[in-house]
Amino acid sequence: MIGIVDYRAGNLTSVARALENLHEPCMITNDSRSLDDVSHIIFPGVGAAGAAMANLRESGLDGQLRKWVRNGKPILGICLGAQVIFDRSDEDDTPCLGIVPGEVKRFPADRREGGERLKIPHMGWNRVSFRKGHPVFAGIPAEAEFYFVHSYYPAPADETWVAGWTDYGIRFCSAVARGNLVSVQFHPEKSGRPGLTLLANFCRWGGIDAQ
Amino acid sequence: MLSKRIIPCLDVRDGRLTKGIKFKDNADIGDPVEAARAYYEQGADEIVFYDITASAEGRAIMLDVVKRVAETIFIPFSVGGGIGTVEEMRRVILAGAEKVSVNTEAVKNPDIIAEGARAFGSQCIVLGMDVKKVLASSEIPSGYEMMIHGGRTFTGLDALRWAKEAERLGAGEICLNSIDADGTQDGYELDLTALISSHVGIPVIASGGAGKPEHLLDVLTRGKADAALIASMVHYRTHTILEIKNFLNDHGVKTRLQW
Repeated sequence: MIGIVDYRAGNLTSVARALENLHEPCMITNDSRSLDDVSHIIFPGVGAAGAAMANLRESGLDGQLRKWVRNGKPILGICLGAQVIFDRSDEDDTPCLGIVPGEVKRFPADRREGGERLKIPHMGWNRVSFRKGHPVFAGIPAEAEFYFVHSYYPAPADETWVAGWTDYGIRFCSAVARGNLVSVQFHPEKSGRPGLTLLANFCRWGGIDAQ
Repeated sequence: MLSKRIIPCLDVRDGRLTKGIKFKDNADIGDPVEAARAYYEQGADEIVFYDITASAEGRAIMLDVVKRVAETIFIPFSVGGGIGTVEEMRRVILAGAEKVSVNTEAVKNPDIIAEGARAFGSQCIVLGMDVKKVLASSEIPSGYEMMIHGGRTFTGLDALRWAKEAERLGAGEICLNSIDADGTQDGYELDLTALISSHVGIPVIASGGAGKPEHLLDVLTRGKADAALIASMVHYRTHTILEIKNFLNDHGVKTRLQW
């Protein structure tokens, strides 16, 4: 059973629908005891970091998430879920969960590519160069693209956490992996077949990083 | 580097496509769910639904269409047409749409943009703009005027000023339709698209006038658009999405080719 953490950060049903399409049983819940019992946890979310952290603290899910990461259960962070795992975010100057050392920064407003000013949010399809050999990224073609929509990006203090890079005016960390934790800035549930492959890989993954 | 998005637009009335689309064997598809699935398989980067239903009954049918589409395709899609309150936005988003677009409703009540952005995030809120070229005046300095009610009513609102105001209120994207170019298949309104796109910091989807792949190349380069809406040219199978994408890539505009 896959548990999708509900902390009032956007619409989580699209992740559930993608898992249903993969015939993976899942539940959307904010109940930490139910989440203790699932085999895998998905930590999604869209919206603002400040409100998300306030909801996590209020519900006590902040401490639970740290515990699940320590205990070795496979965890997949998506979008905002891939940001609030860092120490802090530029968005609303928010202290975050501190699971991954580093910060979440806003895209600089003045970047250009091919003579055009880059828009913020970074919205649309872009490539990810994944670290080789990680089971969650297996079978994804190098030319595959993923759907992004975000104005802030993760910047790990230590690059050994980085599992994927993407270019948008700057090169930023679009995937993180260490131990039982994987997180992606893009939306695998909205990224067509490559995204579904990633989700299917995660659901079959035992939580051990090959690195 | 971000790919330029190619987005088929489907008009829906009472749960059916207003004009059927042609599929492989040239059979006519009238079901929006099947059509969305077909375009997903053919490499659409996103899908736009425009609900032209007037009745409450038709709206309920549209929500059911949105639910079934969300179970079938795994790319973003937006729904527009007659959405004027946060509660109406919530229903469409919970049914599975990524984005909602507001047009006439936002001109009448600009606060809906800010309220929607607060409730769901800016990335969910698309401002739809129907624009007509007019003589530049003190009221309409850009020479482009906003129209509402599907292009039947002038508003006295300058299109450029409105685009900037909507961005300030929290719109995450603009879908910019030229009333003059719409339906002509003679090409997008490049000057209008470049004007709006270069004056806002959010992505702009160009709409109206697409008839051949060259038109998309023009609007994605000279028109500075971030994405292009297409309708007839794929609905009637005069072109395929793959053919359009290959053409753009061959001419130096990066699109997503692996799906």
